[in-house]
Amino acid sequence: MSLFASLPHLVRRQRASLAATLIAPPAALAVAIVLNLILYMIMGRDPLAVLHAMVLEPFLSWASFSEVLLKTGPLLLIAQGLAIGFRAKVFNIGAEGQFILGAIFASAIPVWFPQATGGWIWPVMLLLGAIGGALWASITAFWRVRLNANEILVSLMLSLVAAQFLYYLLLGPWKDPAGFNFPQSVMFQYDAMVPTLIAGTRLNVSILIALALSIVAWVFMEKSFMGYKLQVGGLAPRAAGYAGFKESRAIWLSLLIGGFAAGLAGAAEVAGPLGQLQRSISTGYGYAAIIVAYLGALHPIGIIISSVVMAVIYIGGDNAMVSANLPIAAVRVFQGSLLLAYLIAVAFVRYRLEWPAQTSAKGSTP
Amino acid sequence: MNAIEFILAGMLAAATPFLLAALGEMVTERAGVLNLGVEGLMALGAVIAFIVVYHGGGHFFAFIAAGISATLLSLVFAFVALGFRANQVATGLAIGILGQGLSALFGKTYESLTVKGLPKIAIPGLSDIPVVGGLFERDIVVWLSLLATLAIWATFAFTKTGLVIRAVGENPKAAHAIGYPVIAVRVAAIAFGGMMAGFAGAYASVIYTPLWADGMIAGRGWIAIALVVFGTWLTGRIFLGACLFGAVSLMSLAAQATGLDLPSQLLSSLPYIVTIIVLGIISADRRLLKLNGVASLGEPFERR
Repeated sequence: MSLFASLPHLVRRQRASLAATLIAPPAALAVAIVLNLILYMIMGRDPLAVLHAMVLEPFLSWASFSEVLLKTGPLLLIAQGLAIGFRAKVFNIGAEGQFILGAIFASAIPVWFPQATGGWIWPVMLLLGAIGGALWASITAFWRVRLNANEILVSLMLSLVAAQFLYYLLLGPWKDPAGFNFPQSVMFQYDAMVPTLIAGTRLNVSILIALALSIVAWVFMEKSFMGYKLQVGGLAPRAAGYAGFKESRAIWLSLLIGGFAAGLAGAAEVAGPLGQLQRSISTGYGYAAIIVAYLGALHPIGIIISSVVMAVIYIGGDNAMVSANLPIAAVRVFQGSLLLAYLIAVAFVRYRLEWPAQTSAKGSTP
Repeated sequence: MNAIEFILAGMLAAATPFLLAALGEMVTERAGVLNLGVEGLMALGAVIAFIVVYHGGGHFFAFIAAGISATLLSLVFAFVALGFRANQVATGLAIGILGQGLSALFGKTYESLTVKGLPKIAIPGLSDIPVVGGLFERDIVVWLSLLATLAIWATFAFTKTGLVIRAVGENPKAAHAIGYPVIAVRVAAIAFGGMMAGFAGAYASVIYTPLWADGMIAGRGWIAIALVVFGTWLTGRIFLGACLFGAVSLMSLAAQATGLDLPSQLLSSLPYIVTIIVLGIISADRRLLKLNGVASLGEPFERR
């Protein structure tokens, strides 16, 4: 006990610190970078080369920065949807599965109607994807509302089921007959692809959709009564209950929004840079988006910034794999340590550190 | 050997990773802490154990090393979640991502390599019984896990230690007022959970399927967390649940052996689907969860 007593302890602030809120994300990023560079040094890599590949290279050419923006799209979409749920204390961590279902639903059109043409195809695919994601999330919502089951576990299990369902389709009914037995669908026709934004890059319209929906999310959370009800439900569930805000409605809404956004992201991925349904459609976007949501302080504007940061980490990780021989798993290590660093940093929004010497009067508590 | 004999014979071994991880998580949760990082802790234990065995360190030291490394990672969880009163859900997810990332990083050069498992120890007499005999012919770790199950049950049923852990989980303020060190008990419970998850991962990678492949834990850590709910935080029920999931995960192999024509992906997702269904059934009984649940689960403890 004396060990704990001699340590500095957290004292609750009178009011939340705005300065700490703003400093926490960059501070966490800096700490995570330093810790991971030390890890790379231990692994025998040149830390400066890794730093250059990871942090600088993505910005050095338009080609690589356009790839950053391309990766930003799905992360931004998913994280905006998840953050709304997290603020209502509905922990949907199954965005990965909702993303996969969105990709599958969207692929149904080009797989079943490969000859179809027309400008309507890609918008309908995106809409179908969003519906697919929302439907997959509605299973979790039903389990939580009707059966009282923990949404964290159910949504995660559904992600694992979704991955198996994807493999089933790609190895069975949806396999490209001319694809040399690779687990992938046919290549989509031209009209099933989201229009590119800038010639010569893969950047497409989905980043604009993601930005537009970010503004919608901001209006919804900050200006609408429904968004207000969700926030109260998360901050003070009892007060929300007395005010007649139904918890079940908050759960349904949170999960449907999260599933809709993740499904849309999945659709935009197959109809965008990939151009077909593949086994590796998601490189952990659904989980990375959880970190993006927290790093953006669950705020729509903050999430725009944090999604770019996470996209840089992805592209930078790819660069470092090539130029500094860094295993790609290092990206996951970085993501995990970044979230941990942020969770520590964000403690200082509500608490300040007090050293035992300064509080000798009450420092004798057992 | 028919399908039933096959499942009975393999059930305990398949159940052991679930059992060890779930019992560890049960102790952590009984102290009022929700650690969702089990999947990552298991993955780290699995890769460390594999590396030790692969380089000739033997199974004993493999388990020790796996236990220590997973304990250290779980102490990072304790540092963030208790030291800084961080959101336990987010902290657990971060530990899960970090643990899986570290396991992939360490295991990169060992991908698809194999090691030798452990010999089976038959219980004389019992293992000769037809049909169920296979149950009694298992490696030493299975028998030790059963002993650990008994010990944990007895700890909560008869000892003061068990009572203190429960008090800290039910009402930390009252426990603190009587003079129990709430934070220290919680740190110890987290460390115990981490160690057990490390053992569980080690069993998976060096005994049950003695090979290394990235992602080989395949959701077993999450199922272990669900098992704690299924077992309503009770040792005996968690043991039964682990056996059920051991049997379910063998069913895909058994189904293929009997020539049942089902897509293998459906069989692979069977454990996850069963988890979702059972979770729904058990949780629907709100009274049961309220009666056995841990009152302050997931809530940070503030002295003032």
